[in-house]
Amino acid sequence: MTSRPGSAVPTGATMLRPRTEQAHGPDELRRFTVAERWVHRTTATLMIVAILSAAFLYLPQLAELVGRRRLLVTVHEWSGVLLPLPLAVGLGFRSVRSDLRRLNRFRPEDRGWAWRAVRHGTRHAGPAGKFNAGQKLYAAFIAGATLVMVGTGLVLWFPHLAALDVRTGATFVHDWLALVIGILVLGHLRMAFKDPESRHGMRTGWVGRSWAKREHPLWEREERAQREEPEEEAEPGGTTSTDTAPPPGDRN
Amino acid sequence: MEQRGRQSAGKPVGRRVVLGVLGLGAVGVAFGARIQNGLDNVLAEVSSKDPTGLTGLLPGGGGFQFYNVADSIPHRSDTDYRLTVDGLVDRPATYTLADLKSMQQTRLVRDVQCVTGWRVPNTEFSGVLLRDLLDMAGVQRQGTAIRFTCFDGVYSESLTLDEARRSDVLIAHEMNGAPVTSAHGGPVRLYVAPMYFYKSAKWLSGITVTSQVEPGYWEHYGYDVEAWVGRSNGRDDAPTSN
Repeated sequence: MTSRPGSAVPTGATMLRPRTEQAHGPDELRRFTVAERWVHRTTATLMIVAILSAAFLYLPQLAELVGRRRLLVTVHEWSGVLLPLPLAVGLGFRSVRSDLRRLNRFRPEDRGWAWRAVRHGTRHAGPAGKFNAGQKLYAAFIAGATLVMVGTGLVLWFPHLAALDVRTGATFVHDWLALVIGILVLGHLRMAFKDPESRHGMRTGWVGRSWAKREHPLWEREERAQREEPEEEAEPGGTTSTDTAPPPGDRN
Repeated sequence: MEQRGRQSAGKPVGRRVVLGVLGLGAVGVAFGARIQNGLDNVLAEVSSKDPTGLTGLLPGGGGFQFYNVADSIPHRSDTDYRLTVDGLVDRPATYTLADLKSMQQTRLVRDVQCVTGWRVPNTEFSGVLLRDLLDMAGVQRQGTAIRFTCFDGVYSESLTLDEARRSDVLIAHEMNGAPVTSAHGGPVRLYVAPMYFYKSAKWLSGITVTSQVEPGYWEHYGYDVEAWVGRSNGRDDAPTSN
């Protein structure tokens, strides 16, 4: 997946464009840097490969279609065990760390947001920052679940390292958590499917101001305040400097 | 970093969720064996009343899992099927399905236990005792083991001669009262009742008497050659056949 020419082209194209606020105009906001998009892209690819190979290993109807059990097992093991790697590499980038801090922290506006979103819909759950509480919870749950899947997966990959009841326990956790992750990832895809502009943001890194005002009003306000404060003008430039000259690791 | 002061106004809920999931995972690993046992009983109860069959897809939902190492399910019609017996024997032979059906039939009802954990209770297999085929072929003195080959072109298995002569090792062409389907290894498969199910090779096409045990497909990937249920592969399942 690293050498797919198709996915490298759009990034190369955006890199030629100067990344200043002026070039995108006041109607566009910078949402994700190149590093963040590559973390997302590689993680998503690995996750989809892991889920699909799991489905073809686990569901009899699909297993009958393809056979080749050894190959599927190898694909599943490696796509799974590599899942934490993109984010681990991404930790070397300031933009990734900065958004991880945002995802980690629940601010006052996040209190009760998820509950209101479940009851009345995300549009009527109150204003959100750069990430709403649902996105924060999803990110944290998937991160923890991925680590548990890697841990239990390694027990199943190397059965001689653990006693039988540990292996049975690991199988139990791996199977049921896989079901939960599958449902959550489907939900994640459904949210993205319903919102073309958020997909555009993840693809190009930029979103429209009107979208930001509607979906993440506190973030839009924050960005506007930063632009209006002259002494802080250097700061956003500093955060995005990682994009204009991405280190080699970024291209993966 | 300069944003830390501003952002610290908020609880690290994300970190707590990550740690919480890790903790739950550890608890699940520690008590999973017991929880799954309880769930199996519940799921068995539910799936017996579930007309959609969806509960069968849940973990531990019971039933057979389908494993195939080749790239497709091999098909062989009842009339095209041939089983050869050769190697260190006096009278090599080739049998059709009709030949096998015309011989003395044996019916076994045992649990099927897979090395990956699933178990299907009281499964019926019918066919010819491997012992009878070996006796008809006349095993030579140097012959001490059997190598099984399959018409999927990939899978293979092995038994020692003593194991092959047991009265619970069948060349099976019926499963639960019906012809063995292609997905289950039909028209004819091996059934080694006392061992983990990977020994029961599907799509059986060749029985070769050899002078020593030649490990089969999965055994090249670390599975035990002597695959007694409950006494191999690091597992302690209840034996399926004594």
